[in-house]
Amino acid sequence: MAQASGKSAGKSFFGKFGVHLAVLVFVVIWTVPTLGILVSSLRDKDQIIASGWWNSFASSTQTEAGRLPPPENQVEKDGRFVIEGNIFGDDPPRTISAFGTRAAAPTQYAAGETADLGDGVTLQLNEDGTFVLSSPVALEGSRGQRVYFASSAPPRFTTENYETVLFSEGIGRSFINSLTVTVPATVIPIMIAAFAAYALAWMRFPGRALIIATIIGLLVVPLQMALIPLLQLYNGVGLFFGVPSKTYLGIWLAHTGFGLPFAIYLLRSYMAGLPRELMESARIDGASDFEIFLKIVLPLSFPVLASFAIFQFLWVWNDLLVAMVFLGSGANQLVLTGKLNALLGSRGGDWEILTTSAFVTIIVPLLVFFSLQRYFVRGLLAGSVKGG
Amino acid sequence: MAAQILSAIITIIVGVGGAIAYFWGANRLLDLIFPSRGVAGMAAVDNLRRQGFIRPWLFIGPALIILVVYLIYPVIQTLYLSFHDRSGENFVGVANYAWAFGDREFQNSILNNLLWLAVVPAACTFLGLVIAVLTDRIWWGTIAKSLIFLPLAISFVGASVIWKFIYEYRGDGQVQIGLLNAIVQFFGGNPQVWISLPFWNSFFLMVILIWIQTGFAMVILSAALRGIPEETIEAAVIDGANPFQIFWKIMIPQIWGTIAVVWTTITILVLKVFDIVLTMTNGQWNSQVLANLMFDWMFRGGGDFGRGATIAIIIMLAVLPIMIWNIRQANKEGGL
Amino acid sequence: MASVGIREVRKSFGSTEILHGVSIDIVDGEFVTLVGPSGCGKSTLLRMIAGLEGVTSGQISIGERVVNNVAPKERDIAMVFQNYALYPHMTVAENMAFSLKLKNAAKAETEARVQRAAEILGLVPLLSRYPRQLSGGQRQRVAMGRAIVRDPQVFLFDEPLSNLDAKLRVAMRAEIKELHQRLKTTTVYVTHDQIEAMTMADKIVVMHDGIVEQIGRPLDLYDRPDNLFVASFIGSPAMNFLHGEIGSDGGPAFHGKGGVSVPLNGAAGAGGGTPVVLGARPEHLKLSDDGFPVEIVVVEPTGSEIQIIGRTPGGEEIVANFRERHAFEPGQTVKLTVEPNLIHLFNGETGKRL
Repeated sequence: MAQASGKSAGKSFFGKFGVHLAVLVFVVIWTVPTLGILVSSLRDKDQIIASGWWNSFASSTQTEAGRLPPPENQVEKDGRFVIEGNIFGDDPPRTISAFGTRAAAPTQYAAGETADLGDGVTLQLNEDGTFVLSSPVALEGSRGQRVYFASSAPPRFTTENYETVLFSEGIGRSFINSLTVTVPATVIPIMIAAFAAYALAWMRFPGRALIIATIIGLLVVPLQMALIPLLQLYNGVGLFFGVPSKTYLGIWLAHTGFGLPFAIYLLRSYMAGLPRELMESARIDGASDFEIFLKIVLPLSFPVLASFAIFQFLWVWNDLLVAMVFLGSGANQLVLTGKLNALLGSRGGDWEILTTSAFVTIIVPLLVFFSLQRYFVRGLLAGSVKGG
Repeated sequence: MAAQILSAIITIIVGVGGAIAYFWGANRLLDLIFPSRGVAGMAAVDNLRRQGFIRPWLFIGPALIILVVYLIYPVIQTLYLSFHDRSGENFVGVANYAWAFGDREFQNSILNNLLWLAVVPAACTFLGLVIAVLTDRIWWGTIAKSLIFLPLAISFVGASVIWKFIYEYRGDGQVQIGLLNAIVQFFGGNPQVWISLPFWNSFFLMVILIWIQTGFAMVILSAALRGIPEETIEAAVIDGANPFQIFWKIMIPQIWGTIAVVWTTITILVLKVFDIVLTMTNGQWNSQVLANLMFDWMFRGGGDFGRGATIAIIIMLAVLPIMIWNIRQANKEGGL
Repeated sequence: MASVGIREVRKSFGSTEILHGVSIDIVDGEFVTLVGPSGCGKSTLLRMIAGLEGVTSGQISIGERVVNNVAPKERDIAMVFQNYALYPHMTVAENMAFSLKLKNAAKAETEARVQRAAEILGLVPLLSRYPRQLSGGQRQRVAMGRAIVRDPQVFLFDEPLSNLDAKLRVAMRAEIKELHQRLKTTTVYVTHDQIEAMTMADKIVVMHDGIVEQIGRPLDLYDRPDNLFVASFIGSPAMNFLHGEIGSDGGPAFHGKGGVSVPLNGAAGAGGGTPVVLGARPEHLKLSDDGFPVEIVVVEPTGSEIQIIGRTPGGEEIVANFRERHAFEPGQTVKLTVEPNLIHLFNGETGKRL
């Protein structure tokens, strides 16, 4: 049936082809940015700045500087003083394309060529890094000859960046902090909202309509409206009781408060849609409101509870503003988003740190999202098609 | 760290247990005070009535208290603070508002916010609609939608890092590792420091929000498109409408309501946009917006609560029409 | 107005064929109903005539023209859908005018035609309303109005009354029939309700599992069903069936299970011992002392008649209607008989009429 309109619409080969192509373009634009940081986070940190990540599977060319061994290593051979060896030493092997001895002309000679360094001194540097420095008179000095060369290294992928950010940059600790904030801030509102939603959906009492209208109004109140008074309140409470004002309990309750209107709204509209006969027959069977809620409404509301849980989890995990206002910036309280923001300031150009940290930050939401997408979409539809 | 995990787990258990204990205990208590079983005649009826009067408030009580403390009181207090000085103690009348409209940074923020409001909701809705229509026609549409939807799960900060990497600039002659500059260079252009280009930089920040929110618009609009009765489209085919006419005259008018909802949802989000600006530019190079300015004033020089509150109120005023419309709509649908 | 020809039409979705070569001739101005149980392919056939589904093989023509590859809008047809398919964002008048607007018809003419259709259907006071403000019956009428406005060669109806309540359905049934008598436009009408088919049609096409079982005028189908399927499908309550064989001794007679025996006029060419099915309509069963015994299970008085449901000694169910008010009791055994010339005989193996 659905094809009826499509048939007359875009049956032609080019029409079909065009649709596929257009969607492909959109998909590429929407996935490439994330792919970029994923690939970069796995690259060697020197390679990240040497070539764009889209080239990461090709060898990257870079200009390096090295120093030959000092003159004490020279041996006399056929009347000339010679130093031989490999410029890479114990480093991973690369391929040298050109070299030079002055920083101004680092690629003056092609690999394998013999360079004349003046006074009869010659240097030959081969592709594989082996070199021969030869001089008519004994070389002097304590330092070896400076050499510049262009090398291309094969692509190198590593999990080193992850080890670095997780254990020495403090991302690991922030990950735990984020979990500490997120899990209770997801569970608490569900409990409170579920009871309230049931009362608003199925119990009659004066003021009910007013409360519902207020909640719908609160749905769109910007967070900014709540920040200053709550900051004052928390500071006041902290001073009065002599406790810190920035605590995990404080942020759990804050997230609960900010999540409640949506939670109640979402759960109430779902519960109100359950068949009335179900409640009535349970009541005739002798169940109280509490029992009806616990044994009938709650189990039937599982899909919408799941939807809200995913929403709240993603929202809290991804939140930066509330965490910045209500939690401290010490290692024991800084959450992932806050940490990432701090790194952007302190490690601005260190892309191996930033991309890796960013990926650690988004991996949990992505996993949640992919495994529970069905519930997420359902909540999105229920929450916005009617409410906005 | 171990202690922290432990305390979080204990809190969850205590919190959930406490909530259950409260709801169960309060109900039990009510049954004990006004017994309805095992009491004769009129007394039982009376008690049932009293129970019915009290019980809803036991259910809704905790939610109500939290809503009042965390949202209703703050809204009133913010309004109060906006008429007071930085400490919140001395009444200053409309001085904060007068300051705001005379302040260059504030004016710049308002202009930028208007720019965001003009571009982002329209772009998201338009792109979302186009993608929803296109993906409905191909066999791998679900996979495509899933991938385009994915950025919605990413935090604004994470997205900022992702896009900062794309906008990364390195000096002329160096290898460009930012995708955008690499593309510009490939086509012979000059690499730019995109996020510090006055005026245009706002658009580069908007791209991030559009990238995140298009998936939202797409999913909602896709569901709305599927909700259009197939028969109205077939009827239009028989009536002689071509695909273009079917789309504009039959499909779009039937999902106007949904388009409006998507538009307003993204509008509200745009008014609150904060993280992206903070992490990308922190308002430099004329990219400031209200939400970030407000955050700034909350802590600037020890915090100016009066001015911060004033900016919050101005954001609220922009949301107010949507709020009123929502409540009236809910009222009309008989939801209350 | 035009005739419609359907020749050897087949339709497959993927590897499953759901129409196995259907041929129907519809004369100019005729009202034809396609009737059959759900899944028989009748709606698909209608949608193929409309051009909403392609033809896998065979030929469909409207008038003199083969329309297999003609777009719906070029076929000069109008269709009324089961769910009405009104455009929810347009008023009644806009709904009816939509097709004319797409054809760039003159404004004055469009208005005149909408007005005329509205008058025919009694929709004039509703013209500026939206579909959501209308009742089911009114929506139904708008859907028809939308079809009439186009003044097409053929009307196609896809179960248009199945969403209405029983009373309204009867009223609209008469209204559609009257409309057809007035406009005389060739009409193809799909329904699963055999009463609708019987009451409205000039010609009924009974379909089952993708083939045409029988085509004929309503009463011909009722009086001379070609096979067991048509016999059981047409008529309410349905025809009774007794399984047995033609008697091999004495005169032509039917011998069924449990010793049931019914005399026949002739064996219609079937020899003794042939397995057959005997069919008898409930209203043709009469009380008679030399009939076969039936034990009454349920008695259902409807006022105008009394219906009994009973069982033969062979355990086969029998339904019988009586206009007279007999005092039946459950548990009672009565003896029933059928006039030999009202008996239908079917081949027990092929189901074909003998």
